[in-house]
Amino acid sequence: MSDSGERGAAGRARRGEGAGAVPWWLVALLLLGLWALAAFLASPGYRVILRAVASGLGVTLRVSLVAYAASLALGLGLGLLRSSRLRACREAATFYIELVRGLPMLVILYYIAFVGAPALAAALNALLKPLIASGAIGAVEARSFDFATRAVLALTLGYAAFIAEIFRAGIESVDRGQIEAARALGLSEGQLMRRVVLPQALRNVLPALANEFVAIVKDSSLVSALGVQDITQLGKVYSASTFRFFETYNVVAFFYLCLTVSLSLLVRALERRLKRGLAR
Amino acid sequence: MSAFIRVVEASKRFGPRGGPGAVALDRVSLELGSGEVAVVIGPSGSGKSTLLRAINRLEELDSGRIWVGDDEVTARRADLRRIREEAGMVFQAFNLFAHLTVLENVSLAPRLVRGLGRAEAREAAEALLKRVGLADKLGSYPRQLSGGQQQRAAIARALAMSPKALLFDEPTSALDPEMIKEVLDVMAGLAAEGMTMLVVSHEMGFARAVADRVVFMDGGRIVEEGSPEQVFDGPREERTREFLAHVL
Ligand SMILES: Nc1ncnc2c1ncn2[C@@H]1O[C@H](COP(=O)(O)OP(=O)(O)O)[C@@H](O)[C@H]1O
Ligand SMILES: [Mg+2]
Repeated sequence: MSDSGERGAAGRARRGEGAGAVPWWLVALLLLGLWALAAFLASPGYRVILRAVASGLGVTLRVSLVAYAASLALGLGLGLLRSSRLRACREAATFYIELVRGLPMLVILYYIAFVGAPALAAALNALLKPLIASGAIGAVEARSFDFATRAVLALTLGYAAFIAEIFRAGIESVDRGQIEAARALGLSEGQLMRRVVLPQALRNVLPALANEFVAIVKDSSLVSALGVQDITQLGKVYSASTFRFFETYNVVAFFYLCLTVSLSLLVRALERRLKRGLAR
Repeated sequence: MSAFIRVVEASKRFGPRGGPGAVALDRVSLELGSGEVAVVIGPSGSGKSTLLRAINRLEELDSGRIWVGDDEVTARRADLRRIREEAGMVFQAFNLFAHLTVLENVSLAPRLVRGLGRAEAREAAEALLKRVGLADKLGSYPRQLSGGQQQRAAIARALAMSPKALLFDEPTSALDPEMIKEVLDVMAGLAAEGMTMLVVSHEMGFARAVADRVVFMDGGRIVEEGSPEQVFDGPREERTREFLAHVL
């Protein structure tokens, strides 16, 4: 283990990627970003676009954050089912995961928006029938789920499948011996999952989970297909009416890169810290 | 006096049901009195670990019955928590919880299983760790300890549940030679205090000094058992002789 670590470090040093070496790709990206920012601010035309597109930033972030939080919760549940000792639970979770992972995210989005949401409304109406009949509440209509909600639901259902697999891998990465030791001490299966397995599993998959957030930020642009006013949608609308495609998409790309590259750097730092922590 | 651990005709086979598979235990019967120390020896794959694990019900038997104290371990509706409080287990690979400090490793189960309060569990854990010579390592993580220290912490962790018996599965096999003694000393101390112990180990010196009985297993069966002198100096069975010639 320490042996391969040394070899890895030596290899990196030889290729000029050691801790002290300059990450040129990052320097190039930063320069590109600074140059773009300078160009944007120097030009009145760009400033208008900047302002137009930036008003979608809130939607992009909100959609990403809500969908991410929800898919973490759903993904954890699915991941636990996936590593359950009960075969039926495992099979059901695997069924869901494989089904969803086999679909393009855009198709999931359309499906939830145009099939799922009306179906959900119909299901709710059937469920609440007595209440609706008595006039206590009005019938639920598909229209009452706005497209941003449907988009978040779709992203959540899609990402939960990926996140479930990450959790499962994390749970499987925990040393079997420690699980046996916990059982031998009399811990219940729930206690050993909560107190022994999950804390270590989580630590092992933290970088992978953080990477999913970067991915969800990028995929949040798909909500523009439903007309939700995120960065991409505002860029699409603005450029279509002004024909300034080049400038508009420069700005759109700039916003996404600011978000994703900074997040990726955070993930790398986190990864390094965790590795150092484990080697301590 | 009646036996504290009683194994009757225990059989276990791994692999597909009904198929050939590997025989791990073949009608093994064993009795261990309260306060008795038995050392189990035998070649790799002879079923030593399976026997220990079955006593703690980490492994289910195909047939046969096992009692620890008044509880039948093999009963369909056995109270696992109670069984595991009666007999603690120490593993070859220590199996300390990597994300917890030594102190937390020792106090976790008493808090979760026995319902001790934080302060109470901490106090008890400190006393146990002091007893195994780790008073200065309370806040260390397992990876910061030597193998010998880790195994001593693991023994303290098992003791924290106040078991009436301890099962040791090759506790020193993963240790560098210079650390074996510190672990065996702790075990000898426990034996002297009257702990009932079933120890899988090939440390002959320890067996001679501490064991009341040596059990030789091969092919899932108990081939021979007797006092250390009987088994080591005058084995009755050919297979025992061969094995001892190989090991000594
Ligand atoms: N989980 C398992 N799955 C399949 N075979 C096993 C398993 N555990 C043990 N065995 C087999 O059972 C036999 C006894 O194993 P074990 O009790 O570990 O022996 P020992 O501890 O004496 O080396 C061996 O043939 C081993 O391969
Ligand atoms: Mg073994």
